[in-house]
Amino acid sequence: MSGLDDLRITFFQECEDLLEQLGEGLRVLEASEAAPDIETVHAVFRAVHSIKGGAGAFALNDLVTFAHLFETVLDHLRSGRMAASAPLMATLLRSGDFLADLVANARDGVAPDAGRMRALLAELDALADAEGGPGHDGEDTEPFDFVPMGLDLDLGPMPDAAAEAGDATAESESGSAGGYLIRFRPHAAMYGTGNEPAALLRALARLGTVQVTADLSAVRPLTRFDPGETQLAWQLRLDTDASRSEVEAVFEFVEDVVSLDITSLPRGEGSPAAGPTDQPPAPDLGPPAPVSMGDAPADLPATAQQRPPATVRPLPSPPDATDSAVPAEPAPRVPASVDTSPDAGAGVAAPTAATAGNVTPLAAPATIRVNLDRVDRLINLIGELVIMEAMLSQVIGEAGISADSDVANGLDGIKQLASEIQESVMAIRAQPLKPVFQRMHRIVREASEATGKGARLVTLGENTEVDKTVIERLVDPLTHMIRNAVDHGLEDAESRRAAGKPAEGTITLSAAHRSGRVVIEVADDGGGIDRPRVKSIAERKGLIPAGAQLSPTEIDNLLFMPGFSSKAEVSALSGRGVGLDVVRREIAALGGRVAIESVPGRGTTFTIALPLTLAVLEGMLVSFGGETMVLPISAIVETLHAGTATIHPIGLTGRVLANRSELIPIIDLATAFGLARERKKSQPGVLIVVECEAGRRAALEVDHIHDQRQVVIKSLEENYGSVPGISAATILGDGRIALIVDPEEIVSTAAPDPLSPLLAETV
Amino acid sequence: MTETSAQNLTGRQDVVSFRLAEQDFCIDINVVREIRGWTPTTALPHAQSYVKGVINLRGSVVAVVDLAARLGLGTTAPTARHVIIIVTLGRQTVGVLADVVSDILTIGEEHMKPVPELASEVARDFITSVITFEDGRMLRRIDLGRVLPELSPSLSPEASRGQVPVPA
Repeated sequence: MSGLDDLRITFFQECEDLLEQLGEGLRVLEASEAAPDIETVHAVFRAVHSIKGGAGAFALNDLVTFAHLFETVLDHLRSGRMAASAPLMATLLRSGDFLADLVANARDGVAPDAGRMRALLAELDALADAEGGPGHDGEDTEPFDFVPMGLDLDLGPMPDAAAEAGDATAESESGSAGGYLIRFRPHAAMYGTGNEPAALLRALARLGTVQVTADLSAVRPLTRFDPGETQLAWQLRLDTDASRSEVEAVFEFVEDVVSLDITSLPRGEGSPAAGPTDQPPAPDLGPPAPVSMGDAPADLPATAQQRPPATVRPLPSPPDATDSAVPAEPAPRVPASVDTSPDAGAGVAAPTAATAGNVTPLAAPATIRVNLDRVDRLINLIGELVIMEAMLSQVIGEAGISADSDVANGLDGIKQLASEIQESVMAIRAQPLKPVFQRMHRIVREASEATGKGARLVTLGENTEVDKTVIERLVDPLTHMIRNAVDHGLEDAESRRAAGKPAEGTITLSAAHRSGRVVIEVADDGGGIDRPRVKSIAERKGLIPAGAQLSPTEIDNLLFMPGFSSKAEVSALSGRGVGLDVVRREIAALGGRVAIESVPGRGTTFTIALPLTLAVLEGMLVSFGGETMVLPISAIVETLHAGTATIHPIGLTGRVLANRSELIPIIDLATAFGLARERKKSQPGVLIVVECEAGRRAALEVDHIHDQRQVVIKSLEENYGSVPGISAATILGDGRIALIVDPEEIVSTAAPDPLSPLLAETV
Repeated sequence: MTETSAQNLTGRQDVVSFRLAEQDFCIDINVVREIRGWTPTTALPHAQSYVKGVINLRGSVVAVVDLAARLGLGTTAPTARHVIIIVTLGRQTVGVLADVVSDILTIGEEHMKPVPELASEVARDFITSVITFEDGRMLRRIDLGRVLPELSPSLSPEASRGQVPVPA
């Protein structure tokens, strides 16, 4: 069964992509609701259709049922029989969300939320019935025909689905036939009875001229070849005067063991078929949607031009054909209009190409799915290569070989290559933030529903790339912050209006690369932090002593303290006892930092700064007590010479650094790590000011600062265990291990009280 | 008593023997991954006194343990002639510092004798049995899982619970 399991996994992976397309498309539609872009409607439709197709193959009935109705409503929108409106869009968005839930349920084998499903089904059903017109019933009863193209690895928009849908709706019993479009898929039983497809095709050829295209979409790669399975199907275009029954007679002996679909074709444009009016017309695949032309296995080019017999309305004049903004657009489907359509894909969808096989007219970048483990192994190996190269160059340097020698030159080349390879491999892991950002739309939607506050999400820079692991671990903190922004950040509509703001609040989620880090901002245009209230809550909860003098920033940072929840009543949404302290911890675990900025009346902005990758760290090489260690650059604020700095002793051993009206406690790293007893006064070291959680600062004293470089992070826990004050290890150029200092832990163990008067706060 | 292939005849075991502070010890060959020369270690803060530090084993960070110090036989001042025996304990890889590796031996179970009742010494807790030879040599068989419980907490819970005196 592992083969099926593989397919299942592939299906759900694809569903993710499709749901993403769906969500994106729906949002675009929502934004442009007056005049929906027909292409986007198609994209949305295709996504739902493909999910339905895949779900059908795995007998995920709930999913199929829901997707089918969803698709029906979308089809009405697509065909222009239903106008896009705000309530419709709301329903569609909710349906999109629920479809995502259903996919997740199906994947995890969990029963879906039956109540919600019923409610939404009823809602969709009402839409489908009320505005769908006669098309609804016809399609509803139409047997769903599954073509397993959902397993295609081409993740671009899938023209197949739309075209297939078009085909399906073009089924017709009538028409003064000038030919037939025959789709023919033998079942295994047909071969079992000794029938031979070639014989059938020859028999058809005797009736007229036949064009045959093999449909290879179901053919599996050889590695998964199953000889007992039928994978070939054929599309035939038969030009003949023969009656339908004559054609059907050819298949007489095999009709039980094949899937057969015979469609009458009109005899050119001169004889527009009296197409069944109760079929959803296919012409919406008209000029603006040349994609239908590229579906080589499904359509012969000529048939595609002529097939849609449903275009029986009085044809508008040709110019209308290009006007995609007209919702009810029965495009003139005369052959010429397709070929000369400006959108016709410049030959990509030309008849010759279309008959050649699987031609995808869309130039989506080719992608492959790779197991993350493989990439990680590659990254580890590259890390080794870089270390080896550094060792080699050190040995060559020590051997006194001149820098002009071939050896040194060759080594330089290797060095350059190694760093380029490292960069490229890191780039493999880098993924755009888009999927995470897109999920946040839903969070805003739900949060806005739950709180009754109108809110919309604006995303910027969603193509910013970050390491895959960072992205995964970003979802929870971001979700929390977005909810928080809606729940706590935004005021209710009345207060907003009173303040002269639009009733609907705006949450802006943006990302950008800034000096080797990724900076993500969550900004709301709400009322800003109510500082007196925050302070009084903190006092009441005993987080700060009553009457403490705190700067605005200090008050803002109280939000990050464990146990702080400013909402008076615990709301269902964000008041789960999980506060911003968790967000801060999660971001810190990613090597990032969260900052908060608030302007009363104007809103609050949370800024997350993250490293691009978790595998490499930008560090400063320092030495103390005879050891070399690495300090993460992210924590370092500034460095000072202890000899010239103003240092005050406090008590017997304590010292503080007076730096720009700030008093910063000094921690001697050699002493903190037990490498030395006490620093000799005659040897002043270097002070490195680091900033930790909640803006706490400390000055770490070391002997020397050597170098700033990228180091590959190696786990200490794997073979040893955790070391207090040390986060990980790395390997230096000479092959020796250097430990990476965790400033956070050093500072908190050296001065455990977060609001100790000794510790300075950010100004 | 000569080197044989590792075919596990019933009651016979292959061991790696090495010298430590003028005494002969041996460990089960199955845990030994490789034997390498001494390389300088990077000290670990807050580590047990017998943990020499960590070395780079082809990209992995591996802790090196001064076994002599662990057994209470005094600390070793490692030189280029010392060796590090890389062993796998559970899921962890650990380096064991030894003076010299002597041999690989196949020992019949009948030759393994219980540890004589001696005065309570740290070493007795870790030596599971002794093997005597006709030429007067004696091998002390060590259970590394007991010796290094802190480095492999998952290995032998009962060992880490009490028998081993854990230096503060």
